[in-house]
Amino acid sequence: MSDTTTAYEDGNALAGPLSEIFAIDVTTADAQCAGCGSSGALARLQVFSHAPGFVARCPECASVVLRFVRAPDAGWLDVRGAVRLRIPLPTTTS
Amino acid sequence: MSSATTVTESGAGEVPRRRLGWHVATLVEARRENATARTLVLDVPGWPGHLAGQHADVRLTAEDGYHAQRSYSIASAPDRERVELTVQMVDDGEVSPYLVDDFAPGAAIELRGPVGGWFVWRATSTEPVLLVGGGSGVVPLMAMIRTRRASGNRAPFRLLYSVRSPEDVLYAQELRPAHDGVDVTIAYTRRAAEGVSRPAGRLTAADLSSWGWPADFAPQVFVCGPTGFVEAMADALVALGHDAQRIKTERFGPTGG
Repeated sequence: MSDTTTAYEDGNALAGPLSEIFAIDVTTADAQCAGCGSSGALARLQVFSHAPGFVARCPECASVVLRFVRAPDAGWLDVRGAVRLRIPLPTTTS
Repeated sequence: MSSATTVTESGAGEVPRRRLGWHVATLVEARRENATARTLVLDVPGWPGHLAGQHADVRLTAEDGYHAQRSYSIASAPDRERVELTVQMVDDGEVSPYLVDDFAPGAAIELRGPVGGWFVWRATSTEPVLLVGGGSGVVPLMAMIRTRRASGNRAPFRLLYSVRSPEDVLYAQELRPAHDGVDVTIAYTRRAAEGVSRPAGRLTAADLSSWGWPADFAPQVFVCGPTGFVEAMADALVALGHDAQRIKTERFGPTGG
């Protein structure tokens, strides 16, 4: 809906594609950027989806945090741009 | 991780935790919202329910097997079998022209979801809420207003809705100026409705200050719209003193259609 090639959406757009891989919604996970060390929900990343796949960049420093390509028979997920993910899970009792 | 298992989070709102498959969604009713948008009322057996603000992926399959997939915000309050999507026509789009003009009651599409757990409002929440929508960005915000009403929640809501002209307003019948604890301000950007004193123009920090909540109230803020709109509003809200951590945003991408 935007007319420039630099247009992006945000990490909310990753929720559907990544639901094929993860049993929980990872867009609420907190990711720390390997480029600048800032952290925030995956939903806040800047997502460029007009590439052959999704490229998610840090909103602070524009480093690539995550890439995802859905090939016909496999998903390719590259998260080397994240130091770590903190994924909210239900509290365990044990 | 069996795909059949559903584990729910305790506490506020239930988040279905299971791998999402595609559901068959049959159109039972359609409502024209304006010249270029239509609300689809879908019957989706097996739909796990959703949270206000979540979206769903729609998949169309051509006779030759070609797939086209798009993501649309859910407009309705949670319901077990019914899901409403409001689809805005995108010129030269691949999917939206079909959904807005040709998709007929009785026909089916595939639906995956609900997806997205971040841009959501939970009906157990009692804090003030500020909703800022641009164009069809009002759709997930409408789901929040409807969910509030359906759940009997009394959290004070304010909606600022930026739209080109009176003819472009979505949900015009439901969005009355002040009703049942929801204050609605419509800001026209090209041509204002008759009797509206605010001159037509884009939403500004002054509008957010006049019609939103003071930053001191620490409202939850949800901003949805085109990327430029969302950036401008989020920056203005932070400049007004709102905590960036309490501002949740959802941007339309370039791949709509």
